[in-house]
Amino acid sequence: MQGSKTEASLLRSVAIVGVGITELKSSTPQVSYKELIFEAAQKAYEDAGLNPRKDIESFVCSSEDFLEGTSIFDEYVPDQLGAVLKPVCTISADGMYSLAAAYMQILTGLFDVVAVEAHSKASDIVNLSTVYDMALDPVYTRPLGLNASFVAGLEMSKFLHSRGAGTNHCRMVVAKNRKNALSNSLAMYGGIVEAKGESQNPVLSYPLTEYDVAPVADGAAVVVLASEDAAEHLRDDPVWVKGLGWASDSPTLETRDWLDATYVRLASKQAYQSAKLRNPAKDIQIAEIDDTYSYKELQHLEALGLIGDAKAHTLLEQGAFERDGVLPVNPSGGSIGMGHTLEMSGLVRVVELVLQLRGEADRHQIKGVETGIAQCWRGIPTTSGAVVILSNR
Amino acid sequence: MSKHLQKPPGVPLREEDFEAQRVLSVMYRPKMRYSWATGVAIGRFLKGLRAGKIIGTQCAHCRRIVVPPRVFCEWCFRPVNDWVDLPDTGIINTFSVSYISTDTTKLKTPIIPAVIEIDGTTHAGFLHVIGEAKPETLKIGTRVKAVWAESTKRRGSITDIRYFKPAEWKP
Ligand SMILES: [Zn+2]
Repeated sequence: MQGSKTEASLLRSVAIVGVGITELKSSTPQVSYKELIFEAAQKAYEDAGLNPRKDIESFVCSSEDFLEGTSIFDEYVPDQLGAVLKPVCTISADGMYSLAAAYMQILTGLFDVVAVEAHSKASDIVNLSTVYDMALDPVYTRPLGLNASFVAGLEMSKFLHSRGAGTNHCRMVVAKNRKNALSNSLAMYGGIVEAKGESQNPVLSYPLTEYDVAPVADGAAVVVLASEDAAEHLRDDPVWVKGLGWASDSPTLETRDWLDATYVRLASKQAYQSAKLRNPAKDIQIAEIDDTYSYKELQHLEALGLIGDAKAHTLLEQGAFERDGVLPVNPSGGSIGMGHTLEMSGLVRVVELVLQLRGEADRHQIKGVETGIAQCWRGIPTTSGAVVILSNR
Repeated sequence: MSKHLQKPPGVPLREEDFEAQRVLSVMYRPKMRYSWATGVAIGRFLKGLRAGKIIGTQCAHCRRIVVPPRVFCEWCFRPVNDWVDLPDTGIINTFSVSYISTDTTKLKTPIIPAVIEIDGTTHAGFLHVIGEAKPETLKIGTRVKAVWAESTKRRGSITDIRYFKPAEWKP
C-alpha cells in the first residue's frame, strides 16, 4: 500500500498555472452568482494564458445545495466556466476537496489541464444559520432547539480550558488577522481592533462571541491545474502541488474528540508523506489556514504539527505568527480578515498561497517564501478538513 | 418472496397511525429563505418584461442571439453586451401536457409547458406555458404569441407573460 502510494506520486507532477479571484465583499447585489463566477474564471484563464473552450479538458466545482437554494446544483455551473460540452462534476465540499479531485484527474493521466471553481453568494441566503441547524442530527440534536453555533462553543470551551488559554488569545487572533487584511486589496474586513481587555461582544454560545466568528462574504475563485509537461509550456513560474491530504474525525457530536483537530492531524500527515517532507516545521515557511472561528486558528496550528509540542497561544503571544514572525499565519487576513466564503474558503487559502509563492501578494507579500501550506475545514458541525502543500521549486 | 417467507415481516402502517402518533416520529420543517441577486442579465430581462418587452443578448463573436439574456457566451466564453429587443412571437420547439401539480396531486385541467423559440433567436429557447389551446391541437412547430398581464399588474417576473397562445403564421 505504502509502496504503491509512492509510485503514484512519481507518476507525474501537477502544478497550479492560473488563479483568478474576485474581491470579497459583504454583498454583491449588482451581479448574479453566474456573473461573479464568470469574472473569476476570466481572470484565472487569462492568468494561465488559456482558452477554456479549447485548452481546458475538465472542470471540478464545489457547491452545497442548501447554500445555493437550488438542488442538484451541478447543472448550473458549466456556462459561466466555459465548461459547456465538457467533463464537469460538482463536489459538495470545500473547494480544496475539488482541488484534490482535479489533482487526481491529472495525476492518473486522465487529463492534462483541469479547472477548479468555488464561490460564495452568502448575501443571497437570508437565514444562513438555518443551513447549519439543518446539518445537525434530526433525531438526536435538532429537537433540543439549539442554534448550531453551540458546537463551536463546546469545542472552544474544551480547547481553551485544556491549553490554559483565554479568550484574550482568541481576540489576539482576530486583531492579527484583521490587521493583516488591511494590506490585502481583496479583503473585506481589514481593521485595527483592540486585542486586550474584556470582551464587550454579544455572546453567541459561551465562550464564543460574535467577535470570534469570521463574517461571511461573497466572491468566486477559479484555479487552473496542469500536468508537468503542460505547465512548463504555460509559464516560467508554476506553483507545484507537492502533496495533499484530507480526513474526517468522528462526525457525531457524542463521540468526537472535541479537543484536537484530529482531521487536520491526519490530513497533514498524509500531505507531508506525499510531499516527502521529513521536517515540515523547517520546510514550511508560510501557512494559510482555517480561522472560521478565532480559536480554530490556534487549534488547527497545533494539529498541523508545525510548532512541535509548543502551545499555539504561547507562540501567538510572542508574535510568532505575525507577518515578520517565525511562521506567518494567514498573512492574507484569513477568513476573519478577508471574509468567510463558505465552500470557497479553502480555495481562497490556496489562491493566497499561490500569490505568495509567486511573489505577487501585493502589500502582504512575505519575502522569499518557497514552500507553504494551505488548510481548510468544512465548518460546524463537521470534523472534516483538507491540507495542500505548495512550492515554487 | 422466498418460500420460507410467506408474509413480509413487521407491522403495516396506515396514515391514521402517524396522525394519531402511534408511530414514534420527528417532525422538522425547513425554513430556508433566499434573496437571489438577479445581476445584470436577469435584472435587465425582468425589467423588460415589466415594460412588456422580451430582451435578449447577441454574442459579437458567434452572432448567436439568446433569451433569456446573459452577459457571457457559453460557447465562445466571451463577455456579451449587445442587447436586442425581440418580438413576443415564436414557435414551439417541444411541449408536454402535465397532469400533475407541484404537490403531486392530479390536475383536472392540465398545464402545457413548452420551449418556445422566440423569433430571431438561435438555439435558445424560452420556457413558458401554453394557454387558450386544446392540447390535441398543438404540434411541435406551432406558432405562438405571448399573452401579457395588464401593465399595472406586471412586476418584473416571468409571470408578466401569462402564457403563449397559438397565433397566425406571419412570416
Ligand atoms: Zn458566442
